[in-house]
Amino acid sequence: MITAERKPLEEIIEFIRPYQRILLVGCNECVTVCAAGGRKEVGILSSLLQMTFLRQGKNLQIREHTLERQCDPEYVEELTPMMEGVEAVLSMACGCGVQEVSRRFKDKPVFPAVNTKFMGASERQGVWAERCAGCGDCLLGITGGICPIARCSKQLMNGPCGGSSGGKCEVGPEVDCAWQLIWDRLKALGMEKRFEEIIPAKDWRPARAAGPRKIIREDLAE
Amino acid sequence: METFEPVIVAFCCHYCAYTAADMAGTLRIPYPSNVKIVRVPCTGKVDMIHLLKAFEKGADGVYVAGCLEGDCHFKNGNLRAARRVREAKKLLAAVGLEGERLEMVHLSAGMGERFAETAREMTEKIRRLGPSPIRTAKEKQVP
Repeated sequence: MITAERKPLEEIIEFIRPYQRILLVGCNECVTVCAAGGRKEVGILSSLLQMTFLRQGKNLQIREHTLERQCDPEYVEELTPMMEGVEAVLSMACGCGVQEVSRRFKDKPVFPAVNTKFMGASERQGVWAERCAGCGDCLLGITGGICPIARCSKQLMNGPCGGSSGGKCEVGPEVDCAWQLIWDRLKALGMEKRFEEIIPAKDWRPARAAGPRKIIREDLAE
Repeated sequence: METFEPVIVAFCCHYCAYTAADMAGTLRIPYPSNVKIVRVPCTGKVDMIHLLKAFEKGADGVYVAGCLEGDCHFKNGNLRAARRVREAKKLLAAVGLEGERLEMVHLSAGMGERFAETAREMTEKIRRLGPSPIRTAKEKQVP
């Protein structure tokens, strides 16, 4: 999923300070799962903003709504009847959602309430870790199912480097060495030979080095 | 200020604190009427939004009363509640409310006396802190 974290309250407050009536929009997808911008978080942020502005003697009107998916135009369309009288939109979705709302409602300023972080997996309750860097040319089939792009600090194609010690990365004791993990996994699978094969330099063009990416499915696109 | 009577919301677990409140009643132990009890099936049910909404609506203090550690009917709902209370204190600080206005307490169903004592302590503490700035701001807004 795409992970996110709520922005510091002060930053959000400064975004909306000039406005009286705002629409706070959450998203039911990834940001709900990582507890950053779902219905619950919309309620919490709304309450915090209400209290902040009440103390400052301002009566802020907040409309709350959580969309099924904020990165799809059909769902974003649902916001149309709610836009009347709204001066600004605060979105708790990832950057994709913020931009979709902003694209659809061109006359309203749209502000992000979360920082979108990375594509990750849930390690345990309340902990998410980066797992995919969206490089556009998946290597997992030759690296034992562990991604050296997303999980090696240096994105090495042939590791480990000299900074690997006791299975940990020199970046910090909390970071596993991806190449140690790859080696352990290949060994467990009896595929050590694969480790000997040199992985050639990666073509980074599909990884955004050739500019913003797009997928066009001829069978689906209208 | 002398006449300030705080409004305190107590989220009480059905299996301990709520029963303890009942026992306090049965034993004729008085406790301040400032405390408004909300019965919950487990304090694990108490979400961040419930705590914040209580303050937003004008409560001067809030506490969550759950089972003693290790005694939760649902295994660890009381510990989850305690973590949420800790986090909520930080959020309250961010909007300018003293963290002491929110507390987590642990009781057992037999602690009627302790329940009354907690209610008295909390009421006294909030009385000392004064009205919640949110409540004051809300009252100012009403013409």
